[in-house]
Amino acid sequence: MTALDQLFVKVRAENRAALIAYIPAGFPSQAGCEKVIQTFIDAGVDAIEIGFPYSDPVMDGPTIQAAAVTSLENGTGAAEVMSALKVATDGGVAAVVMTYWNPIERYGVEEFAEAIAANGGSGVITPDLTIEESVAWLGATKQNSINPIYVIAPSTSDARMPKVTAACGVFVYAASLMGVTGARNSVSSGAADLVARIRTTTGLPVAVGLGVSTREQAQGVAAYADGVIVGSAFIKALQDAPNEEAGLAAVKELATELAKGVREGR
Amino acid sequence: MSTTPQEDLGSILGHFGPYGGRFVPEALIGALEELETAHRTAQEDPSFVAELAELHRTYTGRPSILTEAKRFAEHAGGARIILKREDLNHTGSHKINNVLGQALLTKRMGKKRIIAETGAGQHGVASATAAALMGLECVVYMGEEDTKRQALNVARMKLLGAEVIPVTTGSRTLKDAINEAMRDWVTNVETTHYMLGTVAGPHPFPTMVRDFHKIIGEETREQVLALTGRLPDAVLACVGGGSNAIGIFHRFISDPSVRLIGLEAGGDGVETGRHAATITGGTPGVLHGTRSYVLQDANGQTVESHSISAGLDYPGVGPEHAYLHDIGRTEYRAITDEQAMHAFALLSKTEGIIPAIETAHALAGALQVGNELGKDAIIVINLSGRGDKDVQTAAQYFGIPLD
Repeated sequence: MTALDQLFVKVRAENRAALIAYIPAGFPSQAGCEKVIQTFIDAGVDAIEIGFPYSDPVMDGPTIQAAAVTSLENGTGAAEVMSALKVATDGGVAAVVMTYWNPIERYGVEEFAEAIAANGGSGVITPDLTIEESVAWLGATKQNSINPIYVIAPSTSDARMPKVTAACGVFVYAASLMGVTGARNSVSSGAADLVARIRTTTGLPVAVGLGVSTREQAQGVAAYADGVIVGSAFIKALQDAPNEEAGLAAVKELATELAKGVREGR
Repeated sequence: MSTTPQEDLGSILGHFGPYGGRFVPEALIGALEELETAHRTAQEDPSFVAELAELHRTYTGRPSILTEAKRFAEHAGGARIILKREDLNHTGSHKINNVLGQALLTKRMGKKRIIAETGAGQHGVASATAAALMGLECVVYMGEEDTKRQALNVARMKLLGAEVIPVTTGSRTLKDAINEAMRDWVTNVETTHYMLGTVAGPHPFPTMVRDFHKIIGEETREQVLALTGRLPDAVLACVGGGSNAIGIFHRFISDPSVRLIGLEAGGDGVETGRHAATITGGTPGVLHGTRSYVLQDANGQTVESHSISAGLDYPGVGPEHAYLHDIGRTEYRAITDEQAMHAFALLSKTEGIIPAIETAHALAGALQVGNELGKDAIIVINLSGRGDKDVQTAAQYFGIPLD
């Protein structure tokens, strides 16, 4: 049982949702990323998603695209991703990596799964890996006792959904809307329906991502989901700050608010 | 009609050996399945086949003719050089074959909006044309760098009623235009068809786009047999994503005596790292939804490509090319900017035909292959596009004042 599996047992017992925070490795700098991770932990974030920056992120909006460019300019590769993952897991928090598929294939499918496990990671979210192309990956994740995590979209058909959720370990990632990552004024009303549809196919926890940026939104999502995933809002806070210190302060404030939100949903 | 092994493999989730497949956000799976079904049923529907054939005849101007390039051939070892004149199609390139097919499919799927990416602007112009013809809304994503290199084509697309969105992310070229188009598609997939312009991308695009272009090779094979009484020794085409090349190659795959040679953009030379020769200088990987050869670094990040030709300036290539390369059925060579521009000028001055700079890479290849095979050889070149759009680039390259 990975640390993230244990976390979902714990938050279910506490009758609340988990707060999952995203940060790309190497952003805003290698050292800055480590400070962001520590800030997340201090502010009450339950789990951390370390992003592997990629040159062609077709699922990401302008905020995360810009962060990926910065991170790549900072020289981030697989070694830096694994290092950030270790910082999070050494800090006592459950952590996963989110990456497009090609960096895994380039690193070596078996080797990548091994490295995730060796650094204490609980799983990997792969936004552009379809279940049809997953044979080798499912073998490698099973072999290394880590969780493959797939995204379900509002457009996923009823016929297809059980096949995708059956491939998932630890939790199912529900994309709240049709679109790319990024903060939005409101969370799509379709998200609750999507979570309900997912629950008819699996007993796994369901976490909702795409568009959550405020305490109120986190509270709303926490009413029906097991996890609330926030990414772009943290990155925007860092990008908009005049310096790193101010950025970290803004991250801490936002994470603290969101941590309250996920406890107020039910 | 013979069935090739490639067609069989292509039917199994769009794989060509280890290549192809579908690596996309889950949000797009429904649309790709819908498109796959629409394509398959349309191909078996006589009314669709007839409608497309009528458009080919009365709108595009098919069949495109063959032209024998006798004066150009003197520079190619005296081999017989035959040009397949896709440049004479409406809109000036082979791209119209694919967009008319996809526009008809768009209507069958009940969608009203198309999006497209473009590099040189040929596919963007073709898409805007098909959209105008069929009353569809059209948005074209084009790298900001390319909108400057190809300003004339930007104006053409606007005249045709399309919206052109300059892409300012990444290298600001074709690769990034595809990223933006995919982001638009993820968001608007219910109403929108993504009219991908080459034989790359997730299944069914590599198979479907090939099917719309294979008419080039079918016509060529009959025309060459009628003209020369035998099959050619080699068929040459330029390769960026690889649509015109697959289009002319496909009918010849089951003719083992015919060498199929793709000419990639060598830029400043493959050894300099500044090139777009994906098969010659790349490694297997995943880009834009398909597994194929990719220009990438040790971390799997896509490396920016370089070519004087906007249409070949792409760090990926269609998966069927990757497969045909690996099994040894096709060959690929890199042609530098300098070699391509030499061939560009030579065809213009010897035959009175100004080719697209993309196509000039195939012509430069013919100069090599002709000299290797000698005067008894018959070489067919897919003259995939005309060079009107490249006049400014060529004038700058050759130092011809424009004022």
